[in-house]
Amino acid sequence: MIIRKPKSLTFGKVFNHLALLALVLLWITPTIGLLISSFRDKEQLAYTGWWTALSTSEQNAWGRTGTAEDQVKKDGKFLISGTILTSNEKTILTYNTNFKNLSAYKSGESMIFKDGSLFTLESDGKYEWISQKPFTHKRGKRIFYVAEVPPMFSLDNYREVLASENVGQSFVNTFTVTIPATIIPIMIAAFAAYAFAWMEFPGRQFLFVCVVGLLVVPLQMSLIPLLTMYNKIGAFFGTEGKSYLGIWLAHTGFGLPLAIYLLRNYMGSLPRDIIESARIDGASHFQIFTKLVLPLSVPALASFCIFQFLWVWNDLLVALVFLGKQDDQIVLTSKLRELLGSRGDNWEILTSSAFISIIVPLFVFFALQRYFVRGLVTGSVKA
Amino acid sequence: MVTQLLSAFLAVVLGVGACTLYYVGSNFLLDLAFTDSGENAVRNSRQRGAIRPWLFLAPALLILSIYLVYPVFETLRLSFYNFGGFEFVGLNNYIWATKNPEFLQAIGNNFMWLLVVPSLSVAFGLAVAVLADKLWWGTLAKSLIFMPMAISFVGASVIWKFVYDYRGPDTDQIGSLNAFVMMFGFEPQAWITLPFWNNFFLMVILVWIQTGFAMVIFSAALRGIPEATLEAARIDGAGEIQIFFKIMVPQIMGTIMVVWTTITIIVLKIFDIVLAMTNGQWNTEVLANLMFDWMFRGGGDSGRGSIVALMIMLAVIPIMIWNIRNFRKEEEAR
Repeated sequence: MIIRKPKSLTFGKVFNHLALLALVLLWITPTIGLLISSFRDKEQLAYTGWWTALSTSEQNAWGRTGTAEDQVKKDGKFLISGTILTSNEKTILTYNTNFKNLSAYKSGESMIFKDGSLFTLESDGKYEWISQKPFTHKRGKRIFYVAEVPPMFSLDNYREVLASENVGQSFVNTFTVTIPATIIPIMIAAFAAYAFAWMEFPGRQFLFVCVVGLLVVPLQMSLIPLLTMYNKIGAFFGTEGKSYLGIWLAHTGFGLPLAIYLLRNYMGSLPRDIIESARIDGASHFQIFTKLVLPLSVPALASFCIFQFLWVWNDLLVALVFLGKQDDQIVLTSKLRELLGSRGDNWEILTSSAFISIIVPLFVFFALQRYFVRGLVTGSVKA
Repeated sequence: MVTQLLSAFLAVVLGVGACTLYYVGSNFLLDLAFTDSGENAVRNSRQRGAIRPWLFLAPALLILSIYLVYPVFETLRLSFYNFGGFEFVGLNNYIWATKNPEFLQAIGNNFMWLLVVPSLSVAFGLAVAVLADKLWWGTLAKSLIFMPMAISFVGASVIWKFVYDYRGPDTDQIGSLNAFVMMFGFEPQAWITLPFWNNFFLMVILVWIQTGFAMVIFSAALRGIPEATLEAARIDGAGEIQIFFKIMVPQIMGTIMVVWTTITIIVLKIFDIVLAMTNGQWNTEVLANLMFDWMFRGGGDSGRGSIVALMIMLAVIPIMIWNIRNFRKEEEAR
């Protein structure tokens, strides 16, 4: 018998903690980067990494002075004053009229133009431009500057995508697809699962084996025939083949095998005595199902509900094939994919849209994780 | 928007209502048609028992037939027909596919995905399950690693495209991978367009999502190993690493196989990630994306699209048979 030394045990423990910590950090960093970025100012987001979000950054930019129209006469001299900054968040460090040498003048210092006029720019963006002769220029002069920008966080990106990119509408569309496509298959599957679990009929075993087989049939097999069928039906009724009804039924069909399989396994594991004594008391299968088995199966129903909800919400392929791309049908995943193509460099739009698309599943996931895990485990762990 | 949500709500009410009406109505009619009273009570009862299962099953069987069974045969038929599905062309589509470079590339890439993603997901999943089970903050760690499971493939693609973002070597990087690489003095890379290796950068996304799934299942399975077994091994002087490889892994081998095949099926159908990240450019084509392409490009070619679908189906069939065998064994053991 070997008694392990406490020392090696602690080393193992430390390694254990560190290894898991490293894995967790590796796993959550990408998501955190996205989340932080979605709240950052879009200028900062485009030029600096999200890990610098909390530090002050330097930015090169330019602004215009006022024109001759803005000048006032003061003490016999001519003066133009104002500010070249559009937001008051920045602090100007250095400036110049030439963008090649931005550090020529510190803020607060004055520079003299060729015509002898005197220009002074303060760090808060206010400037004074004084000349002996009246100004005549019609366009403001460009002033290039280096400014310090404090970290800026706002909901602007979200406001923008919800208002102008129609992401809000897509959000509603996704709900429109998801809710019926989650509830309808559950009902149909529950009845079928009960029949497979507790009713006697010829071909029971064979039919259920077919369901087990259908579990893995790739949905790609169904796309072309169903699309053709939908288009024919649409043409027959003189409407579009792409409709919400179509996608609800498609998701129902694709979700049924797993639903039947999970529910049948759960219902089959209920104690035989309960069902048999109810039979002896003269209850019909319909009564046993609705009054006894259905209430007892709530955990399994909840598990499947979460599965189906997440799967439908996150689905892209079925939505691309069976729904149109116009505003009143495009779902979030499809919209996001479109934005990746058209606004691929506008990370302020991509990050905030992506977060809008994952917030609901994340919420469902964290709120109902227990049911979700239970469903996964009963669906997968065998023997 | 409001009207649309209302219509969705109405659809739920109507759908559920129609289902309820069907199940309640048909069962009521059945009871009415074959009553318990009268001289035929016994025969009626038997007939009710024969018919009722089919009332329960009918909607499910109908939908399964339309949405999954019929399409399998129809896809098989279409693969022998031309682009519009109206002219029999024999094996032409098949012959064309074997010579098509995109198709061959997709098969090659899918094969790589099949090797890499399930093995890495299983390895990471096992590692996390074992590490987390011993620590007080293990539950939290598992929750966080499990989280990507809730994120859509497209959402995950956005997240990772941001990680892989590339700027020229003279500017600040905003992608964390390039910033990390530059920290060690290397050149930043446009990871997504890097030949050959870009496939692996796409695979990382799926591994990131599926590890959580593997971990949850393994965690449950590991808890099923009797504590006495582990204790006996410890008393015999086995180290933690030995226990892991010689006891834990063999004990949950069945579960590992189930997780492996489940992820394999997901990998075979992988579509969203490739579409969103590269759309098959830079040699990253995979079967499902190619199928989508052939289905719709230039008005669509149902024959060629069907060929790709059949390829995926063909790869799934061994798993299907294995599943059914397992199921049969379990049923006999019941």
